[in-house]
Amino acid sequence: MTTSIIHDIGYRHYEGRRLGRGYVLRSLYVHNLRAAFGLGRPARAKVMPFLLAAIMLLPAVGVVAAVGLAGLDRPPIRYSQYAVSLQVIIAIFLATQAPVLASRELRHRVVPLYFSRPVGHLDFVLAKLAALATALFALMAVPITVMYIGSLVNKMPNASRHLADYLTALLGCVLFALVLAAIGMVVAAFTPRRGFGVAAVIAVYSLSAGFVLIVQGLAEAHTNFTLAGWMGLFTPFNLVDIVQVRLLGAEPSAVAVAPGVLGGLVALLLCGVLVAGSIPVLYRRFRKAGLS
Amino acid sequence: MPIIATQGLTMRFPRVTALDDLTVAVEPGIIGLVGANGAGKSTLIRILLGLQRPTSGRASVLGLDIARDGARIRERVGFMPEYECLPPDVSATEFVVHMARMCGLPPTAARERAADTLRHVGLYEERYRPIGGYSTGMRQRVKLAQALVHDPQLVFLDEPTNGLDPAGRDEMLGLIRRIGTEFGISVLVTSHLLGELERICDHVVIIDGGRLLRSQAVEAYTAASGSLTVEVDEGRDRLAALLAEAGLAVRAEGRQLVVDIADESTYDLIRDGVADLGLRLVRLEQRRHRIEEVFAPASHQAAAPGAPPAPPGAYPQGGVR
Repeated sequence: MTTSIIHDIGYRHYEGRRLGRGYVLRSLYVHNLRAAFGLGRPARAKVMPFLLAAIMLLPAVGVVAAVGLAGLDRPPIRYSQYAVSLQVIIAIFLATQAPVLASRELRHRVVPLYFSRPVGHLDFVLAKLAALATALFALMAVPITVMYIGSLVNKMPNASRHLADYLTALLGCVLFALVLAAIGMVVAAFTPRRGFGVAAVIAVYSLSAGFVLIVQGLAEAHTNFTLAGWMGLFTPFNLVDIVQVRLLGAEPSAVAVAPGVLGGLVALLLCGVLVAGSIPVLYRRFRKAGLS
Repeated sequence: MPIIATQGLTMRFPRVTALDDLTVAVEPGIIGLVGANGAGKSTLIRILLGLQRPTSGRASVLGLDIARDGARIRERVGFMPEYECLPPDVSATEFVVHMARMCGLPPTAARERAADTLRHVGLYEERYRPIGGYSTGMRQRVKLAQALVHDPQLVFLDEPTNGLDPAGRDEMLGLIRRIGTEFGISVLVTSHLLGELERICDHVVIIDGGRLLRSQAVEAYTAASGSLTVEVDEGRDRLAALLAEAGLAVRAEGRQLVVDIADESTYDLIRDGVADLGLRLVRLEQRRHRIEEVFAPASHQAAAPGAPPAPPGAYPQGGVR
């Protein structure tokens, strides 16, 4: 039997390279992206995100199988429809994972450790926002990609049409991811307790969706389709769907969509305001936390 | 070159003045920053890190101006906050590696430095377990490790002995002493306990209510005073009477006598007095000041009649203002 001995060679100074802002920003982004899927944390932190990701994949796999077996010439779910149809799953993912990125480090007061290092406040916020948006994008884009690959494998007709629809849907996913990340981060950053953060994000999603659906239902009962369409601006999934339909040429998936190119432009503008507006709000929130 | 220098540093909050025209300069080494809770210690550290802008005044750290070179200062210093600042669900290794990368250390170097630093602060096998299960002492070590992992030139340690038991306190103080001497990293360590800083610091700065009370080398605080401590086995009072008769200022302190030194002959008078009375001399030594004495006159004023005496080494609470 051999015994190993740890020799204390004393303290050594670090003479190596110290990389700059780009590296720190990249490391911060990767760290947060991993955190969004529970990587680097105990197994129970991974359950929720991977379970939801698996649920997101199921319909896509089903569609591919159905198309292959039944020989359909177009998939039963359109690419651009995917996120809207599965919005509840995406909203749950947002509600459980946005607090991980936004409020976990606030709650445990880790934030000052970043700002006492060469980490800028803006970089910190952008890395978190980008990481959550990337996680959401992956959640939506992977199933759509599976469906597209399935269409190629099944040799479905109109290959170029499929490609165009697929790419359009990917653009839509980018927009979905950015808007949802911005809303989720802001809500979660102001509810430091984890349980409250989850509840708050769910509340913002379900209340806005419920309210809009009720008003849209009433408006349509009175045949006021214009009002129903414009109401779509007030709930995130409908909002992005307006952009998909009016500016990217997708078929509507939401209940009602604001009319004309103008509707699309207004919706896109609103998306931009939400995303851009979340940055200064988060900046001030984390800056304040850095002083505690 | 002073490692930290402030000039007229003032920090006013809406309801309280945390720092009031603080001007102080200290050389590299282990620097103690002493003051009661709310004396402005943590505010001073935040300003020196460039996290908070002072209301007025200037300061430099490592020769860099806090207003202009905040980012360059933060590359070269480490910070261990007073409060809990660790995520419970990651391991110490994972956390310290991440914090090293946040200082710009490349991935491999970050892992090596994290392992080395955790070993230096005394965390071994447990470093792979989630921090949530650690004792207070282990958490303090992780907090210290994250402040040292990027090999800073100066570390700010805010109340590092807070919440530790006496043994943990001694270990932490020993570790801080090693950081200053073996590691060659300057340390600014805060505490509200003077006694513990007396043991490990080269220089002690005392602030109170945001004002500078005193800043000097530890030896200056503990310099020889003008009196002698005399301890005899029996017959203390007889000796006291004899010395008083010889014209010396004598007062009793417990089993000992404190004799003011008038001139060289004082030593002879004591020696002869002890010999003449046939007493057994246990101790005859130069009496030294203690840092606490800085507060002594003020605490006498502040203490209400009949108030219990402060425990030794404790800062007089609500004292000097």
